[in-house]
Amino acid sequence: MTLLESKLDPAQAVFDQVVLAGDGFTHVVKRGQVFRIVDLEGNQAADTLFYDAHAPENRYSAVDTVREQGNIYLTTGTRLMSLDGDVLMTIVADTCGRHDTLGGACAAESNQVRYALEKKYMHACRDTFLLQCACHTRDLTKKDITANVNFFMNVPVTPEGKLTFEDGVSGPGRYVEMRAERDVRVLISNCPQLNNPCNGYNPTPVRVLIWDAH
Amino acid sequence: MSESSLILEEPLRGGQTWSRVLHRGHTLRLTDVEGGAAVAALFYNAEEPSERYNMPDTLKAQHIARLTAGFVLYSDMGRVLCSVTQDSVGWHDTITGHATAAHGRAKFGEGSYQQLRNDWYRNTRDNFLVELGKYDLGKRDIVANLNFFVKVVVDGQGGLGFVPGHSKAGDYVELRSEMNTLVVLSNTPHPLDPSKTYAPKPVALTVRAGAPAGPEDPCRLSRPENGRGFTLTESYFAGRAQA
Repeated sequence: MTLLESKLDPAQAVFDQVVLAGDGFTHVVKRGQVFRIVDLEGNQAADTLFYDAHAPENRYSAVDTVREQGNIYLTTGTRLMSLDGDVLMTIVADTCGRHDTLGGACAAESNQVRYALEKKYMHACRDTFLLQCACHTRDLTKKDITANVNFFMNVPVTPEGKLTFEDGVSGPGRYVEMRAERDVRVLISNCPQLNNPCNGYNPTPVRVLIWDAH
Repeated sequence: MSESSLILEEPLRGGQTWSRVLHRGHTLRLTDVEGGAAVAALFYNAEEPSERYNMPDTLKAQHIARLTAGFVLYSDMGRVLCSVTQDSVGWHDTITGHATAAHGRAKFGEGSYQQLRNDWYRNTRDNFLVELGKYDLGKRDIVANLNFFVKVVVDGQGGLGFVPGHSKAGDYVELRSEMNTLVVLSNTPHPLDPSKTYAPKPVALTVRAGAPAGPEDPCRLSRPENGRGFTLTESYFAGRAQA
């Protein structure tokens, strides 16, 4: 894992907001702008989806991203690919080193499968995505929620084809930064999961910043 | 299983697309006739197609990054669309997606219908769009798919490796539908297959009638997660005349 720091100064950011655990966020990042997510307290998962802002069916595709770069982990240099093979975002800095895109988001129903039937009442990322789509977009629905990026999550795959959830490689203040290659809608659920040791059973805030093209 | 359970036997030619609603309890067997087959697949709840195959939920519920016998295909609603009941191959990919027209042109050249008639170079994306269109579904319904007969391994650094010659002549995989599942298939080359020759291999399809997973079913018992997945699936069908 190669870590790469950014030269951008948070004081110069044109947008700066904290997203609490269990909350959602959506915003259109303009072509050339740089978008940063900061894991404020460490080992948080920021479940994130991306859409071409002007043609949302041309959306982030996890499998196209993985296949085109020949690697399952996202880090500096990764091009976040769309269903049509376009580059939506390029990761330009990363002080965490590895991000997942195979583990998906939690949902009330998948929590029932994974943990216990009684977990249905618990808050989950899919609920956040659906509410963000309904309240803050004109055109996104359940159909548009697909396999997402889990920034700051560590989900290794073994050569034998096993998937494991490992302790995070992130820590307080680590961040990942990406440049928009076209106008891109970013949709985040700051994961509320209380059943997974990945985040120490303690979901925490993330901070999102945007810089204008320079 | 008796011959009387046979519903359908038909070939899936190289390049061809196919779809069918596989009713609860019915099975679908795909047989690689010559070896080297690759069939891309998508799955939907035929009664409410916004419920569809979910790659991440399938992987994380079963702690797997491939599919083989004993595992199941989860929908985004925590239910089991299909079980993998038999498999002579051992590994079916679901993390590397499918090829588009652009992939095909770059690798194989143009291959137009004008020139090649029905041997033209069809690609998985366009085949999916055609077949989904027959059910009034479209691009927004395309998600991470399954790639039957395809093996792509992940090394210690996360790097992908396509395994050539993975599936042999006569190899097969069988699914049992646990819901009324719309299955969409495309027999078209996988984008990581290094072969520069457009030559998708023939596959044989067999559909049989049967019953959904019983209490001692190996897919149900393989993990406690799957036990709960089947409970949620049975709850969805509870109270119907034919459960």
